[in-house]
Amino acid sequence: MTATPGRLPDPYGSGGGANLADILERVLDKGIVIAGDIKINLLDIELLTIKLRLIVASVDKAREMGIDWWENDPALSSGAHRGELAQENAELRRRIEELEGRESLEPAEKESRERYQ
Amino acid sequence: MSATSDELRYVYAVCRPLDAPLAADLTGVGGVPPRQLNHEGLVALVGPVPARDFAEEPLRAHLEDLDWLSETARAHQRVIGALTSVTCPLPLRLATVFRDDSGVRAMLQDGAERFWRILDRIDGCVEWGVKVHMESPDHSSDNRSSDNRTSGGHSSDIRSSDKQSSATAGGEAPEKPLSGRDYLRLRRQQRTAQDEGWKRAEAFAQRLHEELSRHADDARLHAPQNSSLSDTPGRNILNAAYLVPRAHSEEFVELVDATKDEDAAGLTVELTGPWAAYSFTGDDVESGGGAGRSR
Repeated sequence: MTATPGRLPDPYGSGGGANLADILERVLDKGIVIAGDIKINLLDIELLTIKLRLIVASVDKAREMGIDWWENDPALSSGAHRGELAQENAELRRRIEELEGRESLEPAEKESRERYQ
Repeated sequence: MSATSDELRYVYAVCRPLDAPLAADLTGVGGVPPRQLNHEGLVALVGPVPARDFAEEPLRAHLEDLDWLSETARAHQRVIGALTSVTCPLPLRLATVFRDDSGVRAMLQDGAERFWRILDRIDGCVEWGVKVHMESPDHSSDNRSSDNRTSGGHSSDIRSSDKQSSATAGGEAPEKPLSGRDYLRLRRQQRTAQDEGWKRAEAFAQRLHEELSRHADDARLHAPQNSSLSDTPGRNILNAAYLVPRAHSEEFVELVDATKDEDAAGLTVELTGPWAAYSFTGDDVESGGGAGRSR
């Protein structure tokens, strides 16, 4: 849409066709923060839910698999997600106990200790 | 023109004075062309916006509206993108709004030192986004693990439960509940297959990130995106941004393109850009994960 200096390669999706998630991620979460006359803290707003929609599903799964390099970002490591993992573990334990109640137990119990503790 | 109280000033970016004009037909938020506001050697790119949309209360309400937000975000990026083709701007966060031009001048005045510092750091550079996606590991590994997995890394006790797991993976729930033992075996088997996929993907992503970082002035790792919003199939396992001199951009793009040949095994590499240096506007010079050289 505008003249691009010849030495730059063609844009890869940053123009009008760019993915909405990529644009939102940058304009809402990156870019310099300056206090304007209109005082709005983006994070006060439900906007937070938009940010969460961007990241939450991946975060749980990735952390479960030990991919946690963004943990240093204080904005993302509120601890809220840890709770969900703990909850899933509790759920699994309950399920195991329920199943063990119907079966002979020793080997399964041993496995459950190895696996989940 | 006189009714200034009905109009506010939306600021897109701060930059050095432009050498080349912006496209004449460029429009920003509200469909209005942005203009340059000069103050002591710095330029703010500003556009008038109506107070009925951008005063505090209406703005707060609008920001909850995903359609409005998307449109405004695209307009913001449209201006920044156009600006990026003629200079290396310092992009402001969405919805930075002042009452009038004198408020914008005061902002340029107060922030001058900080702006110059960052403008110097990003001078001559653009940002490239690189993401790695993995095909839905849950489903593919379920099928593969029970049907025709050929990798030899499985222990015997997993093989012994093949019968049970293929019955499950075949789509029909078993008649009777699994025993605790079989349930655990099945879980472990699924996890082992998943773990392998994830380990492979993570190793690929880290290798890629390290290599690209060596060819960039700076790098940032961002949290993975949720694929349901980004509309990209699979799971996002690397979401990184690289600050690359324009002069080296072609090389950088070729480097990323080259990885597309080796991204078999359900991994895809996605490149976006050139962006303005959105991810590198932070004030502090934190090291964003092993950048090649710092300034």
